[in-house]
Amino acid sequence: MSSPLLDVQNLRVSFPSPKGPVEVVKGISFTLGRERLGIVGESGSGKSMTGRSILKLIRSPGKVTADRMTFDGIDLLSQSEKQMRAIRGARISMVMQDPKFSLNPVMTVGEQIAEALVTHAKLPRREINDRVLSMLEAVRINDPARVAKLYPHEVSGGMGQRVMIAMMLIPEPDLLIADEPTSALDVSVQAQVLDIIDDLVVTKGMGLILISHDLNLVSHYCDRILVMNSGQVVEECIASELSQAKHPYTRGLLAAMPRIDETRDELPVLDRTAWAGT
Amino acid sequence: MSAISLSDLDISYGETQVTHGITLDVAEGESFALVGESGSGKSTVLRAIAGLAPDWTGKISVLGKARSHGVDRQVSRQCQMVFQDPYGSLHPRKTIDAILSEPLAIHGLGNRGPRVEAMLAAVGLDRRFRFRFPHQLSGGQRQRVAIARALMLEPKVMLLDEPTSALDVSVQAEILNLLKRLRREQGLTYLVVTHNLPVVAFLCDRLAVMRHGRVVEIASAEQLKTGKLVAPYSLELLAASGAQVVPT
Repeated sequence: MSSPLLDVQNLRVSFPSPKGPVEVVKGISFTLGRERLGIVGESGSGKSMTGRSILKLIRSPGKVTADRMTFDGIDLLSQSEKQMRAIRGARISMVMQDPKFSLNPVMTVGEQIAEALVTHAKLPRREINDRVLSMLEAVRINDPARVAKLYPHEVSGGMGQRVMIAMMLIPEPDLLIADEPTSALDVSVQAQVLDIIDDLVVTKGMGLILISHDLNLVSHYCDRILVMNSGQVVEECIASELSQAKHPYTRGLLAAMPRIDETRDELPVLDRTAWAGT
Repeated sequence: MSAISLSDLDISYGETQVTHGITLDVAEGESFALVGESGSGKSTVLRAIAGLAPDWTGKISVLGKARSHGVDRQVSRQCQMVFQDPYGSLHPRKTIDAILSEPLAIHGLGNRGPRVEAMLAAVGLDRRFRFRFPHQLSGGQRQRVAIARALMLEPKVMLLDEPTSALDVSVQAEILNLLKRLRREQGLTYLVVTHNLPVVAFLCDRLAVMRHGRVVEIASAEQLKTGKLVAPYSLELLAASGAQVVPT
């Protein structure tokens, strides 16, 4: 592989508290090419913070430091807010967890998708319209012309999430960060939405960071997995070899999941006395 | 005698009719699951049994007694509900002690202090949590409080509305173990709503698959585990979660 798309070394995120700064991400390092990377961990493991810090979306008083954080040769740490705005959306974009809270309720779906495009490129109106409709079609929405005129409250959760994916992919970014893209959705819709992301990522040759707490889901859709616990990467492995994971934390997470052909009488639980202070 | 028996139940929210002719029988001591996609009306069925969706026709009986449309104290004593989101279902300005004592006060039961302590122990919470507020607890601990609150009146039937879907996998395992242990110890009947089929395989004996407000199939957990469901929609659901369960 040539030089990596994203190179993060010793990333740290901390927030001040009355008892001194609390580090939520404690020095993690990874590189990403044009591949699919999964980040898994429980709530509070710092996985979302990692995703957000790549886009510099962590606001004061949060503090992000790193030895190196480069994206396609650009040093993200030294970019100003204005320069970041040119990168966000156009080069790196992010799919959020819940379409209900992340879409603008007073704009139609079509307007919102067009906005993502217009912000980064000047195009004639007709072409914008065509691209919005073809993008909606790409995320497998039947009858895109009708859906483009709807408001977010008029579409279902699964459709809302597809609209958000359309919005994030229309500027054709190089890297897509998907932060729990399906945890607000039904099982039956989840697979559809992930297949769409997967399809678009593979055909357009983008890099993907999929953040989730669902180990099986991540192992199914990614090439490589980082397992995070309390701000640190505890294990890195190839997705297909997840079942042979070595770290006790990863093994614990895998075992805690009920299976469809469940025969165990009791599920093994993680011994959290080590880190649950209160 | 069946714990919950529904016959020809049509539930409406205003003009919209949500369920169509639901007929179900849950035996005493059984753990029964309702599965289906969002909007299939599975939570609405629970809400109607609990008395939160009063606009229904048909018949609901709990432990052999028909339920009225209004607030029914007799039903409340025997049948309690646990909600999906432990972040939203506990009163933010009441301590755990107040939350757990409230059902006792409403039903005029005494001996509240010892009962609260015993219940905290039963759901595996340390007694130092008793005078804390919900925001001082983690999600799993809050769900334990919600389960404890439902159990305060010593009901026989528990309605569980997606009890673990807001929780992490490892915490989910703890709560599922807790629910299983409580059922064994207290001989409870569960009616569980979920869209997670592995949870059904772990916790339940039978399941009903719902779609568009209708029951499309009633099957045993054995059938689910061996993949021997019949209705095409159930197989679709099975395939959707199978894709995640069996990594390729």
